Amino acid sequence: MALLTEEQVMVRDAARAWTQEQSPVTAFRKMRDSGQPLGYEPAAYAEMCEMGWAGVVIPEAYGGSDLGYLTLGLILEEAGRTLAASPLLSSALACASAIVRGGTEAQKQAHLPAIASGELVAALAVDEGPRHAPERIALKAAKSGDGYVLNGDKTFVLEAMAAGLLVVAARTSGNVGDAKGVTLFLVAADAAGVDRRPLQLADSRGAADIGFKDVKVGAEAVLGAEGEGAALLEATLDRARAGLCAEMLGMSLAAFELTLDYLRTRVQFGQVIGGFQALQHRAAKMYGDLELARSCAEAALSACDRDADDVAELVSVAKVKVGETLFNISNELIQMHGGIGMTDAHDAGLYLKRARSVEAAFGNRAYHRDRFARLNGF
Amino acid sequence: MTTDTTEAALEAFRAEARAWLEANFPASLRDKPGLAMAIMEGPEPEGDVALWKQRMADKGWGAATWPTQYGGGGLNGLQARVLQQEMGRINAFNPMLAGMGISMVGPTILEYGTEAQKDKHIPAIVRGEVRWCLGYSEPNAGSDLAALQTKAEDAGNHWRINGSKIWTSGAHHSDWCGLLVRTDPAARKHDGITFLLVDMHQPGIDPRPIKLIAGASVFCEVFFTDAVAEKDAVLGEVNDGWTVGKRLLQHERASQTGGGRVAAEPPPLQNIAKKYAGVDEAGRLADVDLRSRVASHLIDARAHGLTLARVAAESRGASGASNAASILKNSATQVAQVRAELLIEIAGNRGVGWEGEGFTEAEVENVRSWLSGKAMSIYGGSFEVQNNIISKRILGLPDMTKSS
Repeated sequence: MALLTEEQVMVRDAARAWTQEQSPVTAFRKMRDSGQPLGYEPAAYAEMCEMGWAGVVIPEAYGGSDLGYLTLGLILEEAGRTLAASPLLSSALACASAIVRGGTEAQKQAHLPAIASGELVAALAVDEGPRHAPERIALKAAKSGDGYVLNGDKTFVLEAMAAGLLVVAARTSGNVGDAKGVTLFLVAADAAGVDRRPLQLADSRGAADIGFKDVKVGAEAVLGAEGEGAALLEATLDRARAGLCAEMLGMSLAAFELTLDYLRTRVQFGQVIGGFQALQHRAAKMYGDLELARSCAEAALSACDRDADDVAELVSVAKVKVGETLFNISNELIQMHGGIGMTDAHDAGLYLKRARSVEAAFGNRAYHRDRFARLNGF
Repeated sequence: MTTDTTEAALEAFRAEARAWLEANFPASLRDKPGLAMAIMEGPEPEGDVALWKQRMADKGWGAATWPTQYGGGGLNGLQARVLQQEMGRINAFNPMLAGMGISMVGPTILEYGTEAQKDKHIPAIVRGEVRWCLGYSEPNAGSDLAALQTKAEDAGNHWRINGSKIWTSGAHHSDWCGLLVRTDPAARKHDGITFLLVDMHQPGIDPRPIKLIAGASVFCEVFFTDAVAEKDAVLGEVNDGWTVGKRLLQHERASQTGGGRVAAEPPPLQNIAKKYAGVDEAGRLADVDLRSRVASHLIDARAHGLTLARVAAESRGASGASNAASILKNSATQVAQVRAELLIEIAGNRGVGWEGEGFTEAEVENVRSWLSGKAMSIYGGSFEVQNNIISKRILGLPDMTKSS
């Protein structure tokens, strides 16, 4: 655990207490079984916002606390432990940071206080195909009078059905693959021509495909500079990835603790199965992976707070190491539990399904290994 | 010597250390990173290396944090770190690192030794005048070290030692040995062991170098035939040698986690790979399978480095060192061994050069390091023993090996 300030310790302890008591895994299961179409309970998110969680990376002038990414990471880690579902990552982290970094004064005034209070949920629309590829934005934004007309498709937009505002990556010039020519737009989710189609995912969380047909926006919808949005998009994605790593770390820890409890108590062949060295050494590997993963996740979040030069590299390191850890632990969670882990009544499956969903989000391990190599000149 | 830890005092110390090193580290030794390793394994140094050793002996900086009353540097931890950084800056090395004196035996004598033992041994270690080896493993006591059988009997005015040790690093160059012996054969295996400080220069001790797969002979088999040790050569209490010996190994593990010294920056692996395997039109490593594995390795190395930094930061914090320290040996070993394997693989057929014409110095060195590096996951508590320790001490799973 990184060295935390007194304030950070308080935030973490409060997050732990709330998630364990008010939003345990049973709450997630209840939400899933209720068929809640948003993939989270708005009442639960309202409570989170009440505690200030949605304003952690938003400056005080716009209704936030500006405590930073490591602090929000501590909250997301606790939320990950109990699978507490909410649009914190999409709205309060990804979209909020995009507006904080790229927004005009008017845009900040219009949206940040609403995001911090939870009154507004924002969603980040980037990918256009099954695999994460922010370098290949094709959705077209054609200049029309003072404004633009958007045409194209976005897919796997997290929390899109709950969103009132979409942050959309579009192409205003150039060809697919060009860094230049990408522009971010702030688009009202209910604007004419926006067609949201919910996706039913294995992890029961909210996501949608979005079609844009002749969607008209004004010049004031441009976030950042026209044609220069690639860097803002990348910085936004890196902050979302770092936050996601914290959530994945929390999931990994909880899945490991469940497994360890089972190893300590399940008796077969006249002894607890945790006495078998074949399982002990796999448990020791999981423990080692968790320690390495924590170092990487915390380093990535701290780099976001410092706006360091190596944010991108540290984020890719973290997404790979935390991803590897969660992948392995979520599999061992099932395997070491044996048959009981295959039942829907057990929590193991909930962690496994969510694990693969977050692995794919914002670039899987293969994507980030490739990106790490590119960043290091090979 | 000041031990003030304020920022200003530390920077003043940095200036002092830099000036002293500039004046005293011989220019002829700079940019020769291989020297440090040669010192550790070779015979007594000559020329400028001997001069450097003499100067460091007088300064006490080869044992920077040890008390000045025994000739040590008397520095605090922060100053020692600054000294290390300053030495790393000009590729200066610690010339006292031959043998196990500075790294392991000295700290253990400082902790458990009598005043007489400290006076007798510590100044000689600080000045690099004696070389120490460690008699731990035996042919039938490797990972199960507590099964050791070499015995020491009370022969009235001395201890009489019989048995044999194996994997004793540098025994043939050593003056003294930290020896684990069985003094009570009737006791439980961990309880009848004693730690003795034994003079190697005697007829009853016969060290024989073992040639290893990497071609060199840094390890010995050592035979003890009615060898003797003084009655007051016991470190700690009689029959409590397991405690002392385990403590010493913690110093060993600390020196193997990659955090102990500031190493010269190795050449970036990706550049070596690009040279041998070529690049595509976008400048990417052309062998895509190799590219992915080089990336994975470099990410693992970064994760290990970040964990070292986190453990160091946490140990300075209020709650003290974290359990994360327990994974560092296995993690460091894995990173080093994977790098060594990649270096061999990258060079293709040239990755198995042994000696002679036709291979670069680096290629041959990579082969030797790859082979000798296989020992990293065996010594100092093997990979599996480390996992046993994590499983038992940290995860609280039952101990099936009955070790302690």
